[in-house]
Amino acid sequence: MTAAARIETVSQPVLEMRHISKTFGPIRALQDVSLTAHAGELHALMGENGAGKSTLMKVLSGAYRPDPGGDILIDGAPVATGDPIKARANGIAVIYQELSLAPNLTVAQNIFLGNEPRRFGIVDRDQCNRRAKEIIARLGVSFSARALVSSLSLGERQMVEIARALSTSARIIVMDEPTTSLTSRETDRLFEVIATLKSQGIAIIYISHRMEEVYQLADRVSVLRDSGYVGTLDRADLNASRLVSMMVGRDLSAFYKKDHRPPDSKRAIALSVQGMSDGNLLKDCSFDLHKGEVLALAGLVGSGRTELARLIFGADKHTSGTLELDGKPIAIGSPREALDAGIAYLTEDRKELGLFLDMSISDNISMGVLARDARAGGLRDFATAERRAAKAVSDLSIRTRSVQANAGSLSGGNQQKVLLARLLETEPRVLVLDEPTRGVDVGAKSEIYRLIDDLAKKGIAILMISSELPEVIGVADRVLVMRDGTIAGEVTSSEGQPLSQEAIMELATGAAKR
Amino acid sequence: MTDKATEMSAGDQAVGRSRRLRTAFAALGMLPVLILLAAGFQFMNPRFLTETNLLIVTQQSSINIVLAAGMTFVILTGGIDLSVGAILAASAMVAVMVSLVPEWGMLGVPAAILVGLGFGVINGLLVAYIKLPPFIVTLGSLTAVRGVARLLGQDTTVFNSDLPFDFIGNGSLFGIPWLVIIALSVVVLSWLVLKRTVLGTWIYAVGGNAEAARLTGIKVPLVLLFVYGVSGLLAGLGGAMSAARLYAANGLQLGQSYELDAIAAVILGGTSFVGGVGSIWGTLIGGLIIAVLSNGLILAGVSDIWQYIIKGLVIIVAVALDRYRLQAGART
Repeated sequence: MTAAARIETVSQPVLEMRHISKTFGPIRALQDVSLTAHAGELHALMGENGAGKSTLMKVLSGAYRPDPGGDILIDGAPVATGDPIKARANGIAVIYQELSLAPNLTVAQNIFLGNEPRRFGIVDRDQCNRRAKEIIARLGVSFSARALVSSLSLGERQMVEIARALSTSARIIVMDEPTTSLTSRETDRLFEVIATLKSQGIAIIYISHRMEEVYQLADRVSVLRDSGYVGTLDRADLNASRLVSMMVGRDLSAFYKKDHRPPDSKRAIALSVQGMSDGNLLKDCSFDLHKGEVLALAGLVGSGRTELARLIFGADKHTSGTLELDGKPIAIGSPREALDAGIAYLTEDRKELGLFLDMSISDNISMGVLARDARAGGLRDFATAERRAAKAVSDLSIRTRSVQANAGSLSGGNQQKVLLARLLETEPRVLVLDEPTRGVDVGAKSEIYRLIDDLAKKGIAILMISSELPEVIGVADRVLVMRDGTIAGEVTSSEGQPLSQEAIMELATGAAKR
Repeated sequence: MTDKATEMSAGDQAVGRSRRLRTAFAALGMLPVLILLAAGFQFMNPRFLTETNLLIVTQQSSINIVLAAGMTFVILTGGIDLSVGAILAASAMVAVMVSLVPEWGMLGVPAAILVGLGFGVINGLLVAYIKLPPFIVTLGSLTAVRGVARLLGQDTTVFNSDLPFDFIGNGSLFGIPWLVIIALSVVVLSWLVLKRTVLGTWIYAVGGNAEAARLTGIKVPLVLLFVYGVSGLLAGLGGAMSAARLYAANGLQLGQSYELDAIAAVILGGTSFVGGVGSIWGTLIGGLIIAVLSNGLILAGVSDIWQYIIKGLVIIVAVALDRYRLQAGART
């Protein structure tokens, strides 16, 4: 297999993406990335969250038009870009993480959705079923073409997506993290199907964060980082530490001014989490969070960081596990109980889950303590609310003309500060921050870092989820790394040394196991 | 490139101007519409703006305004209460029946209010704790409570020509009808709750972003239970008002499609159908617009059939305005 793929590297590639750049306003999402794929080859694409993998694939599928100067060639001939219908006609099919099937239709109907074989203008159901059956047989899977998609497992639904790709005679199939929600049996099944597809001469571009999958499947691996192309390794040259350093590859420890507080076992434990599971993704997560410490929760998207934070905050129900706050066991069944106990949570999605965009900044800041501030008879105490808001605006330097302005009128960074101010008004002892600088400009970022540092100095225990490695390194005292719903390991700094990005990445991708 | 840039900034200016216009429009609400309508009807029939006629208009609108006040609470949370007409009928039946019991006559009013509250609480429990969609829950209770209303009087009309609380429906205080006094009191109390209490702020928060409200520690189910309870209670009060006005109640006919007028008043008043934005004063104006329309069209000699068509169109235009307003508030 490998030998065959190697021979083909000298032949003409079926797909060539040349000098692809993509900018959205001032943001550069892709910069001069080139990628090739040969028939019968599996080309893995790796990189941190936000490295540009998905953008590149959206350019390939026609969802985005690349900036001028970028070309896509199929069989050596340039093709139109930025047109999903033409891309499909050119044999490009993308299977996304979120499957896009209609659950109440049959497998055959889904395979030919929008592309039904017709006779006299009417959908030819017999032909539809017959051809679906042929394609399913080609994949070697066992469900019926007439089965309802809603009756299939997630793994089987993915097979239907692949079948759909084959029905349009796809020659290049992109799979974006296809194993994320599959069981290990389903994953094995998928790998068999991938082998079948390769033997039929289909080129596969495979996006994955998981080192072991890439080792098992890839003929070549390309790495993207910070929207740019880093390099490509042949299967023979694959090497975990080399891949990790390609993915991380930068030294930003000087970016963040921060005195690292080395882990101090004498410092009291603020929050102890033992054996947390949610009966779904999370399995047996345990850790201790110390007073005055910034503990980062690192890991790739989908590793279960937000889910764990939400369990601790009582936003979702846990199936097993216990919490201890300041050495005393506590039961938390709702966000209200968590807040009363002194645990506050900053959501990663401030617009959908955080702010009341149509309400005033003042109301937003006081929302968590309205009942505490209320006067007799449940009447609002507007003076106190105003005072709290004015203080927060000056403490956190929120830029607004008035605290009566709607929260929705603020910029992203100032919205984030309003949300932080609301949490701080509840006087938490434990602060869980989920992506505290997401969608925030550079200036606000550094202000938020300084705030986190100040809060830790005051003795508040901080658990910070972040997808940006430099941020983790720059802000945290200690790092927990999650992978596949469990805590894969811990990274601490030794005397004066910065935390190791490589060590975090190895734990996050599973490279450390090898 | 430069062409494009200038084109953009010109476009931006236009967008900014129209946005400012829309925002101003949203702030003023529907008051100009009410004034224009009144002026128009006065022009068509000078009898419109007379003291007698205005008293009739306000009196006619009072029951709808009471229902619409409750509806405002519900719609502010992003919900809907279709059952208020049926609850009004059942409560009115109870009011008249209790008034017929010797010595207990005056208890007809609190009895009607309690019955309304009871039905409202059932709606609220189903929406808040069983987490059923409000539309489905109240569509069900619209039918079921209508049945209860008919059952109460064995499907007949109950009368009490000697109703002890008939002053509510037909009496006045210092020349102002009691119906109007009650409706205005309900509006002022609603304003107090919505704008001056913690609970009121929570209602706006739940309607604006229910999940964020939960994560902020607000007990969302309690808030929902409260708003459906209030809507039921005010429908019960509406039942008592209706019984007091008619000296009678009929489970089949009373309050038919009152919920639609109440919803129309709320939406005309600028309260957003998705919740979180709106005010009780808007509802008051919305209710008055509906009453002015009915009254003015009658005075103008428009046939009953055309009144329906015109009122329906006004509601549709109101929803279109709601969309327009939402766009004004939309952010990027």
